[in-house]
Amino acid sequence: MTARLHLGVFYTGVGPQFLWDDPSNAPHTEIETYVSVARTLERGLFDAFFLGEGLRVRENRGRVHALDVAGRPDAITQLSALAGATTRIGLVATQNTTYNFPADLARRLSSLDFLSGGRAGWNIVTTDNAWTGANFRRGGWLAHDRRYERAEQFVEAALALWSGTGLVARHTDLVSLRATQTVPPSPQGRPVLFQAGDSPGGRELAAKYADVVFSANTGYDKAVAYADDLRARLARHGRPADAVRILPGATVVLGDTPADAAERAEDIRRRQITPQRALAFLEQYWGQDLSAYDPHGPLPDVEPIEGELDPSRGTISIADRTGKLDRIRRWRELAEAKNLSIHQLVLEVQPRQHGFVGTPGQVADEWARYVRTRAVDGFNLSPHLVPAALDDVVDRLVPELQDRGVYRTEYEGTTLREHLGLP
Amino acid sequence: MTSRSLHVAVELDGDGAVADVVTAAERGGFTFVTFDDAPAGGPRIEATTRAAYVSTLTDRIGLAPTANVTTAEPFHLAAQLASLDHASHGRAAWVVGADDSAEALATIGGSRLDPDALHHEVAEVVEVVRRLWDSWDDDAVIKDVATGRYLDPDKVHHVDFSGTRFSVKGPLITPRPPQGRPVVLAPDSLAEAARPDVVLVGGAGLDDVRNRARRARDTGAPLVFAEVEVRLGAGEPPGTRGRPPGDRLRYTGSALGLTELLGWLATSVDGVRLHPADLATDLPVLAGEVLPALRTEGLLVSPAPGATLRGSLGLARPESLFAAAGGAA
Repeated sequence: MTARLHLGVFYTGVGPQFLWDDPSNAPHTEIETYVSVARTLERGLFDAFFLGEGLRVRENRGRVHALDVAGRPDAITQLSALAGATTRIGLVATQNTTYNFPADLARRLSSLDFLSGGRAGWNIVTTDNAWTGANFRRGGWLAHDRRYERAEQFVEAALALWSGTGLVARHTDLVSLRATQTVPPSPQGRPVLFQAGDSPGGRELAAKYADVVFSANTGYDKAVAYADDLRARLARHGRPADAVRILPGATVVLGDTPADAAERAEDIRRRQITPQRALAFLEQYWGQDLSAYDPHGPLPDVEPIEGELDPSRGTISIADRTGKLDRIRRWRELAEAKNLSIHQLVLEVQPRQHGFVGTPGQVADEWARYVRTRAVDGFNLSPHLVPAALDDVVDRLVPELQDRGVYRTEYEGTTLREHLGLP
Repeated sequence: MTSRSLHVAVELDGDGAVADVVTAAERGGFTFVTFDDAPAGGPRIEATTRAAYVSTLTDRIGLAPTANVTTAEPFHLAAQLASLDHASHGRAAWVVGADDSAEALATIGGSRLDPDALHHEVAEVVEVVRRLWDSWDDDAVIKDVATGRYLDPDKVHHVDFSGTRFSVKGPLITPRPPQGRPVVLAPDSLAEAARPDVVLVGGAGLDDVRNRARRARDTGAPLVFAEVEVRLGAGEPPGTRGRPPGDRLRYTGSALGLTELLGWLATSVDGVRLHPADLATDLPVLAGEVLPALRTEGLLVSPAPGATLRGSLGLARPESLFAAAGGAA
């Protein structure tokens, strides 16, 4: 089998990565922006267009966070609108298993799948965040250590409904329903299941149920280690090693020369981490108003308030939720040693998503190596600018990948499952 | 009504070729289409999904899915309908569903509500959905490059709704819909709880419909639509009578006879929602004969390309509750 790279776009629609101040950036609530992005991806023969999920608008100290793009559609509704405007692209909704009802979500997803002619996917995520739960009937009801138990029972119930074999009844302390499938099956049978969590619980869920994993392990060595781990888990669950496609998240910045690309990437990062955002980043850790401090000056001299990090920015990984004061102490030492301003420090310590930076030929060479060595099956790209960043990939990178024989030159099928080459 | 005119809506339930049926209805001049739904039973494609699917294939017809309150997360419901309004450039509506059957509630592991609890449930879900639609001011996105602010945080509001069965913090994840609020429709039995923009009335006969329309108006309904089941195939004796338990006026007969009936109804209601007994045979006759005849008589009000549904119906765009409160969060 020839190595074949699969591409998707993970479109969060919100957050600091979008350069909203760029005059070319398309408006984020207009359907035309989404339609044009989806059609661009079809032109580029992508497998899938993903929408992210965030069920509470991000805040900074109790008020809505003002600096980032905010405001997003309901994913399944928006993807259904896109299904009417496209013919090939896979349409994947990120939906969590904590703040949805299993029969209702299964029904919406299979409705999208039916109407799109078998192009729907479900990116399964979990949350235990009570701050988000404040928007829902049961509030923050689910204990952190049981979130994957709930997810597993939820997915099992959805699969049972989609199998169309009749009444599905589940009555446990985590899932309760009695329902039958009301939607006819699509040409691909049921929606394709994606899984994005990287914790051991998430990896187990992926090994048991997922068709595709959307991991955060993008650097080559991490990607190889992740693929090995996942394949071992698949074997333990009696599934073949090629039963799951691995598509880690990635960013791409292309340039005419290596130096040009590097310069663009640095410029994008500086525009993403503005002085105002740097100050807001520290406010999240300090737990108080720092607006009196100059982002180009030294770190705040006041002490941060005790207590855990405020979850309301919605961007804190589980690993970073504790040990706040230690982290601040290390930042102070670093800023002192290197004489960094607030802005400079945040540019230094804010985690970077693994990015591919280079000429189209360089990036194509690198991706060809990834896929030929089975480190990944492809990537989920997050654009910083729409439509320009995606036009760049479709017009300049895709032809280089095709030249190397690692990318399709036409769609062979019509369903998402067929695009992904899944059995 | 000071002048005789009529909006004609049509119910398009079924799992068939939704795109073909809705585009045919749009060409025919219907004001909006409704998509019936229920959490249990079927086979049936979920209604909001169907409406969204045709939103990018149409440009003037209103899209009104039934969304059931008793089995929904109000927050998701608000985001789904707001998203439909954005995707359709202001053509979304919501037919409030209050399914309290044991089968429906069982899909979420719940049990039936007593009538009082059902009334509260409908009232509270509709209320919080309206507040969530209002939670972003129309001008919340400012893109102020000088201060680095994408939005003005004073213009995006927590709704802090606390009801008897649930509470919702807000704001909605979706900015304010183009219509401010999608049009809300409900049967007169739910009108007190839902306070809809359009009240749907049935009746055992023409006089009953007229009386119920008057009662709905007296209790503050901005618009009243009559529910009429139509069967235009030959063979059955013509006539008009109410048909319990569906509670709709039922018409069987010719296109000409239906045109006369609708002309009569135009004196007491603002519009009708037609329920074709058989879409495949009745919809072409409605679009090809009945609506053209109403148009010739100057009775039919059809939407213009690019119109919002509120615009087509002559309903004002509502001011936000938060703007009305002087911007207090």
